Amino acid sequence: MIEQHLAALPIILPLIAAPIALILGRSMLTWAFATLVSALSCIASWQLLMTTLSDGALSYALGGWPPPWGIELNVDVTNAFVLLAVSAMSTLVLIYSKDSIEKEINASNHSLYYTAHLLCLTGLSGMLITGDAFNLFVFLEISSLATYTLVSLASDRRCLTATFRYLVMGTIGATFILIGVGMLYMKTGTLNMADLSTKMAAFESNRTLNTGLAFIMVGVSLKLALFPLHMWLPAAYTHAPSSVTAFLASTATKVAVYVMIRFIFSVFGASHVFETMSMEIILMVLAIVAIFKCSYMATVQSNVKTLLAYSSVAQIGYMVLGISLVSVPGLMSGLIHIFNHALMKGALFMAVGAVFYRMGSVNIEAFKGLGKKMPLTMAAFTIAGLSIIGVPLTAGFVSKWYLVTAALEQDLWIVAALVLLGSLLAVVYIGRVLEAAYFQEPPESQGAKNIKEVPWLMLMPMWILVLANIYFGINTGLTVEAATSASQWLFQGYNPAGVAL
Amino acid sequence: MSFIADYYNYWIVVFLMMTGFYIVISASNLVKKVVGLNIFQTSVFMLYISMGKVKGGTAPILTEGAAQYSNPLPHVLILTAIVVGVATTAVALSLIVRIKEEYGTVEENEFEKKDDAI
Repeated sequence: MIEQHLAALPIILPLIAAPIALILGRSMLTWAFATLVSALSCIASWQLLMTTLSDGALSYALGGWPPPWGIELNVDVTNAFVLLAVSAMSTLVLIYSKDSIEKEINASNHSLYYTAHLLCLTGLSGMLITGDAFNLFVFLEISSLATYTLVSLASDRRCLTATFRYLVMGTIGATFILIGVGMLYMKTGTLNMADLSTKMAAFESNRTLNTGLAFIMVGVSLKLALFPLHMWLPAAYTHAPSSVTAFLASTATKVAVYVMIRFIFSVFGASHVFETMSMEIILMVLAIVAIFKCSYMATVQSNVKTLLAYSSVAQIGYMVLGISLVSVPGLMSGLIHIFNHALMKGALFMAVGAVFYRMGSVNIEAFKGLGKKMPLTMAAFTIAGLSIIGVPLTAGFVSKWYLVTAALEQDLWIVAALVLLGSLLAVVYIGRVLEAAYFQEPPESQGAKNIKEVPWLMLMPMWILVLANIYFGINTGLTVEAATSASQWLFQGYNPAGVAL
Repeated sequence: MSFIADYYNYWIVVFLMMTGFYIVISASNLVKKVVGLNIFQTSVFMLYISMGKVKGGTAPILTEGAAQYSNPLPHVLILTAIVVGVATTAVALSLIVRIKEEYGTVEENEFEKKDDAI
């Protein structure tokens, strides 16, 4: 029974649980319930990844209506891999949020927080595994609306204006995707992704379809905050509650990257997007500008959350750069980075949230002397920070290594050099925080003397992520195997000219 | 001339879409921005609905003497999209209420000044 409906579980579980969490109402109870549900969908995702690795892609017809008429769920190695990362992050963030939100969200809104979190998880899982283009739009809006609610729950009033901007940009992005899907439907008469791809192959570079491609790419780029469409991201991440930022930074934009990969490879086909439309040049230039502009912006911020938010936009640049290399190793490095970046940004934002928990501020001033007072939190920040830089033995090194090798394989020396230069900027911005934490004296005020470590429920998920950073930096078996087979699967039947597979 | 007449539904959609988009970008009043966003979304709904129409087709209900039917699927899709649009508007408006409570204004340039003053 469960085996048969396994593919639907990651969507159905949090969807059913969300209203129940609202009814439960009591903070402790909803926390335990939401964490349990999230952990269950994490187990289901793990099962799905194992099944797809051994038996190949799964197809599930929702409600028993056969595709292409009904809505189909398609689980393959790629989305099972991202799905596992998303549901694992969701579980860890939920464990973390119990103490974290106590200081940042009004007690009366706690059950709302868990409800919105579960709805957001529903939307993200749905976006990952749905095989229907219109259904993807619906799940995108479910996750977006939940995200707006989550961001606006913070007690600082600036979160409201940040959310409003995010809402306007997000809705424009989603509507662009809707226009694009409409254009595809107009020409092909189908919404099923696999069916779309076969039917579109019959049209040679049709103008309606190309306009649809342009609309979808712009819409998705808004959602994944690709430079220069990233303006909503730093404000939203800065003013959202810390646990929300940790969740969004490690999942929402990654899922949008995956949607981009899905549209390029499974719907339009890599040969059409890259050879006929030459999309890879646009993506590559934007990705490289994102890496430099936003890493630079990160180095001049005084708010550490804003700093990390800009760093997120830069890291998204690395993922898109991996896609724009148009090769199996390139795409693989992008996919690995989706997973690894979730680990490191999750840990970093959790550490910053822990500092806010004790200091009530996330300015770089607040970090002064914390190396002694909150040793475990700052050690976590240090290791995750090294991972962002790409120091060997951390997960960040693995993804950068594969990205640089993939660039060198195509003799793109300049791109490889630029990736390394971008990492130097990461040394600067992470270094500024570490310098304040370890080499500066704490201010001599009365309250500062009583600063101690945060509760263990906050430290535990943070350290699980940090240890995962180290584990996946040393043992790359699982990530590399999954990402390689995923990118080979995506490149099936497509052999780009001049690239050795 | 026939180019304009044949595709008149698309011209309406394009006009509405650009009007809405322009309002979203140019208006500084948040409520006006939401109105613009709604016009923008509605134009897309009309794009979908008008493409479901089949020349000479009737409503897709099985009756005597009707051989051709309009395509009902885009209409169904747009029902979903309208619900999504209403939800988005509701969230946006409730945010505006909170912004009004906190800042005492719904003009974008005014609350930006208030934030800079801190």
